[in-house]
Amino acid sequence: MTILDEAPALIESERESAPVQRKRKRTPLTWFRGGGLSNLLFLAPMIIVFAVFSWSPIIRSFIMSFQKTNLITTSWVGLDNFERVLSDPLLGTAIVNTLYFALLALVFGFPIPLLLAVLMSEVKRAKGLYSALAYLPVVIPPVVAVLLWKFFYDASPTGVFNTILGWVGIAPQPWLQSGASAMPSLVIEATWAAAGGSIIIYLAALLSVPPELYDAAEVDGASVWRKVWHVTLPQLRGVLFIMLILQVIATAQVFLEPFLFTGGGPNNATVTMLMLIYRYAFQNSLGGNYGEATALSVMLAIVLAILSFIYFKVTERWSSN
Amino acid sequence: MSTVTRPLRRRKPTDAEPDVDRGILSGFDRRKRSVRATMGGVHVLLFGGLVIAGLGPILWLAKAAVTSTQDTISHPIDLWPNGVDWANLSQAWFEVHIDQYFLNTLILAFGSWLFSLFIATTAGYGLSVLKPRYAGILNAAVLGTLFVPSVVLLVPLYLTIVHPPVGTSLLNNYLAVWLPAATNAFNILLVKRFFDSLPREVFEAARTDGAGPFRLFWSIVLPMSRPILGVVSVFAIIASLKDYLWPMLVLPDPAVQPLGVRLPAIQSQVELDMFLAALAISTIIPIVLFLAFQRVFLRSAGLGGAVKG
Repeated sequence: MTILDEAPALIESERESAPVQRKRKRTPLTWFRGGGLSNLLFLAPMIIVFAVFSWSPIIRSFIMSFQKTNLITTSWVGLDNFERVLSDPLLGTAIVNTLYFALLALVFGFPIPLLLAVLMSEVKRAKGLYSALAYLPVVIPPVVAVLLWKFFYDASPTGVFNTILGWVGIAPQPWLQSGASAMPSLVIEATWAAAGGSIIIYLAALLSVPPELYDAAEVDGASVWRKVWHVTLPQLRGVLFIMLILQVIATAQVFLEPFLFTGGGPNNATVTMLMLIYRYAFQNSLGGNYGEATALSVMLAIVLAILSFIYFKVTERWSSN
Repeated sequence: MSTVTRPLRRRKPTDAEPDVDRGILSGFDRRKRSVRATMGGVHVLLFGGLVIAGLGPILWLAKAAVTSTQDTISHPIDLWPNGVDWANLSQAWFEVHIDQYFLNTLILAFGSWLFSLFIATTAGYGLSVLKPRYAGILNAAVLGTLFVPSVVLLVPLYLTIVHPPVGTSLLNNYLAVWLPAATNAFNILLVKRFFDSLPREVFEAARTDGAGPFRLFWSIVLPMSRPILGVVSVFAIIASLKDYLWPMLVLPDPAVQPLGVRLPAIQSQVELDMFLAALAISTIIPIVLFLAFQRVFLRSAGLGGAVKG
């Protein structure tokens, strides 16, 4: 990426500044005359803010995962934090729950927006209205959406969803109250809240499918379903892959839904990785186990960083085409 | 209503038959009676489904905001309330102090927007147009943070806020939200890429006319960059309105908390009708923003939606 970006710049600067100029000695005065100070003035806000609020916290998290700190005294404890985190019986639960959330989010959140986008692009009329309607849930602040759905999920027979189920003769569901249905309930809300964004992305991708491919498929006598299967889906491969990775990265860090819907219950059925990190660090008002919290975040981050890297490499190739 | 513009490369259909503005279904398919019936059905289902799923909860909330608690609990899905109770809204606004939290929300969003835009444009300009020797390293360092999931930052960033390198604790200070919000590598990347695509000849012409780096930035580069500034603004404001965990951690004092953080806390303290009215009030800003800047929103969403969580 950087190599690609810098290459034209190098060529350009070599063309502009003749080799004679290059050999001239660099002094603070030439630096200033060359605009060095104003360059620095423009970049300084970013450098300062990133140094304090991004770069140093990132480095600090790696250091802190080997330390024990109570904000006043700090001592090195080697791998103690990692050992303690890995032997926490809740860790297994949290990993399973997070994977379960990610899996359900894929099952619900992947085909539904894709199907809607394909239908919306085929209907052709009122596309702007459809996009706007589909995108509305994304605009609602997530906290409001969760609290609203929490009311919808009322487990009594007069709850909103239970009333609707009653119309078609389905018995009232416990929704958030039972360990088995709590996680699917969270995922349904999360899917509803995020589907609009995916639909807009798929719609844009569908526009870029070359229409000649459909013509060619028809010449070969392909039916509508075969066109979808052999032309549309393969053409969307790149976007689908990107959306998959983005979704996995996002779901691995899910916090808001379990925190506000269930607080991790019932019976730890919705404790996710980030909930666990939050509990280590912030639940105890006397001061958290910051070391253990960072140890767990670093382990999670390494897995996610690999995924982000793959995502970046793929989008880079994708956008250069 | 905005319509999605089609890429220009599609030729105008010379003849009605070989339509190039086509999707999966061909013009021939569309004339078939069975296909037309199916598409008609799809149209109805799609419209109905999107209205129920997209607009339904918002309309329900709007209705519940002016309905008495008793009514909402016993008949949750009546289409029309049994008597409108406007007092809910004013009670929520004044008695639950939604006015204060609403103001806090606006201040937080405005500050995040201002800092994000300032950092993204100055950094983008520095990295793309001015390009000092160290720009490559800086660019790599900024891009590198894209690979670090936000979960890593949670604890060390919190401790940085509690004990900043200079001055006293930033807890309950809006800077604790504004400044970390500005460290968004994705925004910088977007702006830098846009600046990269601006014609260099214009910059050269301005420099020949004696424009310094500040003049070039303010009078040439920024006015040429309105589209990307709109996108970054939408990202920054929406991210600020959506954030929950971070403002909850660094703004423990209820007096300075935004609506989003305050709502879960007041749920147990107020009656249901007032609470639902409060929820309705907090959706107003984002919905109005969306309706006003719909095209920017949808274009930003189509940009890959790659704002990482």
